[in-house]
Amino acid sequence: MIVVKRKPLEEIVKMIGSAETVVIVGCDGCAGIYQEGGEKQVELMRDLLEMSMKLREKRDLNVKTAVVLRQCDRQICSTSLRPLIAEDDFILSMACGVGVQTIAQVFEDHTVVPAHDTLFMGMQDREQGDFYELCRGCGDCMLFETASICPVTRCAKSILNGPCGGCVNGKCEVPYEVRDEKAKIIETTEKDCAWYLIYQRLKNNGRLDLFRKYRPPRNRTVSGFPRRL
Amino acid sequence: MGEAFSNLMKAIKAGEFVYTGELEPHKSADLTEVLAWAKMLKETGRIVAANVTDNPQSVGSVSSLVASYLIQRETGLETIYQLRASDRNRLALLSDLLGAAALGLRNVLALTGDHVKKGDTVEAMPVFDLDGTQLTDMIHRMVYEGRDLSGNEIHGPRPMFNIGAAGNPNAEPLEMEVLKLERKAEVGADFVQTQVVFDVDIALRYLDATEHIEVPILIGIFPPKSYGQAEFFDKYVPAVSVPKELLEHFKEFKQISDKEERKEKINEYNVEYFTEFIKRIKKKSTCKGVHIMAVGYPEVVSQIIESVEK
Repeated sequence: MIVVKRKPLEEIVKMIGSAETVVIVGCDGCAGIYQEGGEKQVELMRDLLEMSMKLREKRDLNVKTAVVLRQCDRQICSTSLRPLIAEDDFILSMACGVGVQTIAQVFEDHTVVPAHDTLFMGMQDREQGDFYELCRGCGDCMLFETASICPVTRCAKSILNGPCGGCVNGKCEVPYEVRDEKAKIIETTEKDCAWYLIYQRLKNNGRLDLFRKYRPPRNRTVSGFPRRL
Repeated sequence: MGEAFSNLMKAIKAGEFVYTGELEPHKSADLTEVLAWAKMLKETGRIVAANVTDNPQSVGSVSSLVASYLIQRETGLETIYQLRASDRNRLALLSDLLGAAALGLRNVLALTGDHVKKGDTVEAMPVFDLDGTQLTDMIHRMVYEGRDLSGNEIHGPRPMFNIGAAGNPNAEPLEMEVLKLERKAEVGADFVQTQVVFDVDIALRYLDATEHIEVPILIGIFPPKSYGQAEFFDKYVPAVSVPKELLEHFKEFKQISDKEERKEKINEYNVEYFTEFIKRIKKKSTCKGVHIMAVGYPEVVSQIIESVEK
């Protein structure tokens, strides 16, 4: 799924500026499933914005809300939102960056802004409440020969012939960085070296030949952006 | 083994046991200090070539290409031009390599390079278009096929480089390191220089485990100048451990109040310790030399070499 993180409220208020009517649009796709941009969060955002405008700017904000099935679908956005959105409405998307841009394509004359920072494609560990980036969508999947562990994503250097000299006791020289809402690093935690994991798993599978294999440089044209399918 | 273009490679091919040194240019356009160092290494008459570091530990520094060229021109000491894939894509690497060939550099140490987050410019984009093994592959193709990685022809005479690769005898598990070295040899590494080793048994274990690869190996050593330095390697340099015996001796030297006497004792001990170390690794068939990283401690270099070679 696409992992998103809400921007600080002050930043959102600043983006809204002097707009009189704001339409908050949630998404029942990734952002909704993981409780960042679903119905509850849209309602919470409504309360926060209304209160914030009252306290800071001593004015009432008109707020309309909607949650669409998937903001990354142009037709769904068009069908669900057309009846709701008026000419001068300001749109706040609570999906990922794809959602923001999809709505902006449908409503060409409107201003559409993000309530979230879009982070990565990741896996959720429910017990810890953590998300881990596992795929970068490079367009050239090699998981079949790296023991289902992606070096492009999980190696800090994305190297194909690892591990590098920065692998010590199976750990990477670059730790995970946990950031607060202002992107300041608040915590670092140890990260496994992807190539060490690949080595171990291939060894267990009796496939060290795959580890030993020289992998030539990647053809970067495959992941050149923007892509279209 | 490919052709020998450099004095370093010619010496290895001739069966000599070689000594290389290390020079570290800093974040400065003034190369006076590093040139003085290079001159000292040259004057030992025993250092066949010296590495010139490229943004070591990802600390932005003067171009290793320019520093390598100036060192060779001003002091006559052959250089091993270090080149990291972390800061340049394959186009920029090619440009620099062709420039290096035009300037007469003959050795390149192909490195992946530390992550930019380890250095002083953490906000930078880490490039890593290639890794060290792929960089070795690229240089090998330039030299032996006269082509770049996309197959485009390089005009005129082919660049003449001997390609060095990095190894780490301290790596665990060693099997992983051996397989990595097999890859580097497959794509054309001419020689290997290793991470610092203090424990001779670790060096011997590595030489035994990589013997079948038949690539000449230069074991990295770092004679410590003080107890603090030895302790630093033991405690803070990843995967490097310093034998207790060495640490204890340096602890004793620390107690000597007379500065000159202390220095003398440390020199004596380093010469004795590393002479024995080198004599033991020298017996291994693929050990073709030692890479002495005595940064800031030039006087010990010739003393150790003279003691081994006498």
